[in-house]
Amino acid sequence: MAVYILKRILQAIPVFFGATLLIYFMVFAMPGDPIAGLFGDKQPNPALLERLRAEYHLDEPFLVQYGYYIAGIFRLDFGTSFSGQPVADVLARTFPVTLRLAVMAVGIAFVLAIIIGLFSALNKGGAFDNSMLVLALIFIAVPIFVLSFLAQYFLAIKLGWFRPTVGANNDWGDLWLPAWVLGFSVYATSMRLTRASTIETLGQDWVRTAYSKGLSRRRVIPVHVLRNSLIPMVTDLGTVFGVLMVGATVTEGIFNVPGVGNTLYQAIIRGENPTVVSFVTVFVVVYVLINLVVDLIYGLLDPRIRYVTT
Amino acid sequence: MKLRKGLKFTNGEEVTADNFIKAWNYGALASNEQLSSYFFEDIEGFSYEEDSELTGLKQVDDHTFTIKLNKPASDFAQRLGYSAYYPLPDVAFEDMKAFGENPIGNGPYMLDGEGAWQHDVGINLVKNPDYDGPTEAANGGLNIVFYASQDSAYADLLGDQLDVLDAIPDSAFGNYESDLGDRAVNQPAAIFQSFTIPERLAHFSGEEGNLRRQAISMAINRKEITDVIFQGTRTPASDFTSPVIDGWTDELEGSEVLEYNEEKAKELWAEADKISPWSGTFQIAYNADGGHQAWVDATTNSIKNTLGIDASGAPYPTFAELRGKVTDRTIETAFRTGWQADYPGLYNFLGPLYATNAGSNDGDYSSPEFDKLLAEGVSETDPEKANELYQQAQEVLLKDLPVVPLWYSNVVGGYGEKVDNVKFGWNSVPLFAEIEKKSE
Repeated sequence: MAVYILKRILQAIPVFFGATLLIYFMVFAMPGDPIAGLFGDKQPNPALLERLRAEYHLDEPFLVQYGYYIAGIFRLDFGTSFSGQPVADVLARTFPVTLRLAVMAVGIAFVLAIIIGLFSALNKGGAFDNSMLVLALIFIAVPIFVLSFLAQYFLAIKLGWFRPTVGANNDWGDLWLPAWVLGFSVYATSMRLTRASTIETLGQDWVRTAYSKGLSRRRVIPVHVLRNSLIPMVTDLGTVFGVLMVGATVTEGIFNVPGVGNTLYQAIIRGENPTVVSFVTVFVVVYVLINLVVDLIYGLLDPRIRYVTT
Repeated sequence: MKLRKGLKFTNGEEVTADNFIKAWNYGALASNEQLSSYFFEDIEGFSYEEDSELTGLKQVDDHTFTIKLNKPASDFAQRLGYSAYYPLPDVAFEDMKAFGENPIGNGPYMLDGEGAWQHDVGINLVKNPDYDGPTEAANGGLNIVFYASQDSAYADLLGDQLDVLDAIPDSAFGNYESDLGDRAVNQPAAIFQSFTIPERLAHFSGEEGNLRRQAISMAINRKEITDVIFQGTRTPASDFTSPVIDGWTDELEGSEVLEYNEEKAKELWAEADKISPWSGTFQIAYNADGGHQAWVDATTNSIKNTLGIDASGAPYPTFAELRGKVTDRTIETAFRTGWQADYPGLYNFLGPLYATNAGSNDGDYSSPEFDKLLAEGVSETDPEKANELYQQAQEVLLKDLPVVPLWYSNVVGGYGEKVDNVKFGWNSVPLFAEIEKKSE
């Protein structure tokens, strides 16, 4: 098992290099001069422009620039943004916030998906099941920013139950409103997966065996049925976690969460290679780890799955 | 320049002539790569190409120094209010990078301790107790908050978590006045918007070009666009500067070319067609990441419907890309341009933009008549006479229309119920020192 984990981690290394090279090239290939963009509507003097470009190595060929960047990574120097901040500082500041938000949102989605999915499956065809399916449809269809604005306006501004925005120096408690909104917008797919796989599991032989052995519903459902139904849902939530780490830009903008989303968006618009590639590198690592964890969880859920290197 | 005696930086150092001279030299030095170095380009000794000392700055004594310029600039005194000209304490020059993280000044506010500036988060300022100047703070301090989006800032304003906001998001233009009542602010700012038609564009040079430019300008219904798209947060332009600047007038000769006139527009366009028939599409390039699509589409539709030609917007994904093409002169269409004043003077809107070979003359406009009037204006020491010369220069621009003026932007902001006396200055920035916090 340990060998398996090690193999998976080693496999991540070529993924890491491949992804960073690709992203670096894409940002490099973006048309426009990022340094000229720094001056706004005013045109910079050519001599000043040359100096600034040289400072960021923007006058060198692509592979040389990439070389500088990778050399920096091994010194744990992720480069400097155009505003003069070390990218490592920006990462250290924004990453934990988005991480917390993603964990909370996925946690909420997980609990909602299990409870609603399970009871819908047990109540298949009934009133509860049908109404939950309609609700799920609504949440899948309504765009996240609509949900965010509605929640912010009614729950925070009008009713005052939450602060309208998150702001800096936040901890777990401040992130409740955006976490609930994100959780609600992603739980629906997981819920439907749980429901479908629970329905399928309920018809399996071993469930019938368990009941005929005399076990109660209270024992059979959580231990035998639920465990086996969770695999598709865990896969889905793993993907969702990855997406939330990277792409909750709109929600972060609306609630002013000082996380990764908005910082990355601004860096892309400005063509700021060090920031963009550093962030993407971290995402790649996070995503690889999440996939690994999800695969290991399968082993816990379904004893038939074993990781043995042959 | 004579300095008042006895003024101190918040670290106890006295403000002397030397602090100014060293600070300005630092800002101007080519190898320091300062984005604001162009503010010093009129001082003798300045060079972009190589490191050079500002020989024009001579210290007379601890509180006096003289400035020698390398060209006439009668409004130089007006420029000195800009932050590029602030003095810096001696401690700054020991480690400029560290100083930049915790700046020390001599104004009404100071940082609330080390680390009071959290990047991308906010800055905490407190009143400077030793301040002895004309703008003493009426409040105890300011907490400046950086928001990821204007929408979230507006949400906080409505939820009483924010006291003053200097930028209402476009999405709230329709309802911010009813939301805030008399706490809404909508006043003109020193921001001018236009689009440039470069000289080298086909059909737009010479007499044919003049007729077409005027026709296009008269085919744009500025009033309708500012009312409908901007909900009254822009004012249709009647010249090339801004109403908050001393010397502005809306009665320049030839300013009818900035008013919507369907028949005259069609007439002029037809006359131009006699010289050389029009072909192709008239496009205005803009950057898609700046929220300009709505007004560009409205403007080109106005042109299309009035003149009966094909007209549309040409979006570029990012601002950097658009500016790159403009700077290289590879852009093949008209493009949006704008200008925000560095200081409240008419020359700032005219010289850098329309003088021959000027730094921001994106369309390569060149008129000896305009240059002459501008040069006379900037050498004229009587401000009223100088402004008159600038008006005459603008009248030349109204005939040639190197850019088509569109409107002046307003500063649209608001404040909450816990503060009073919130006013905005000519540069769209709130007059922080005058804001009063109501007692609970």
